[in-house]
Amino acid sequence: MITVLFFANYKEELQSERLQLDLQQDWQTLGDVRDHLARRGTPWTILEDARLMCALNEEMCSLDTRVKAGDEVVFFPMVTGG
Amino acid sequence: MITIKVQTAPFDPGQLTNSVHAGNPAIGALVCFTGFVRDFNQQQTVTGLFLEHFPGMTEKSLRRIAEEATERWALQRIHVLHRVGQLGLAEPIVFVAAASRHREDAFQACAFIMDYLKTRAPFWKKEQTSTGNHWVEGKDSDLDAAHRWTQDQETP
Repeated sequence: MITVLFFANYKEELQSERLQLDLQQDWQTLGDVRDHLARRGTPWTILEDARLMCALNEEMCSLDTRVKAGDEVVFFPMVTGG
Repeated sequence: MITIKVQTAPFDPGQLTNSVHAGNPAIGALVCFTGFVRDFNQQQTVTGLFLEHFPGMTEKSLRRIAEEATERWALQRIHVLHRVGQLGLAEPIVFVAAASRHREDAFQACAFIMDYLKTRAPFWKKEQTSTGNHWVEGKDSDLDAAHRWTQDQETP
């Protein structure tokens, strides 16, 4: 099982803040999790955003980062603080 | 010494500036940046701002950025304060102070912290405008500004 969180317009458009997903055998990376969710179709295709950013266990990372059971994965649009 | 704060309450930039310098006569230079809610952005009249963040990760990200600044420059103090929640027009959003013995380290560190904060800390602005509310889009110019610090390191 992994936890997936969304923020900002992703959270609003997906109408979802937090998901629990069973980790599939063919999911190696955060990119695989993202692809799985995007295949649900609209509105989940928003996760194909070229400016999507992600974090694993509260550390910013890339879609190539490996995922394992118990991880907290976060997908969010480009940050705009400051 | 690094101070990181994330809060909903407004702050007084002048008071913060004095507090960063107080009690440390080794500080010869103090560079402070304050960001405010401005009335116009991306072709819209702005009336207010909501700032969302990821509480678990925000302070950790800011601390990491500040620590990286201390590895790059000789600094006496760093103070980073970022507000979240509902903000009114002209209110301060963010305060970054870098204190050092000499001005160049303070100038560079303050700019570096702001550039990294704008591209690596999990904050998102939602603007309230005369035509509705919308999420602010990230800008390539912010990515370019942050990238220059990486290029500097790559230069032999």
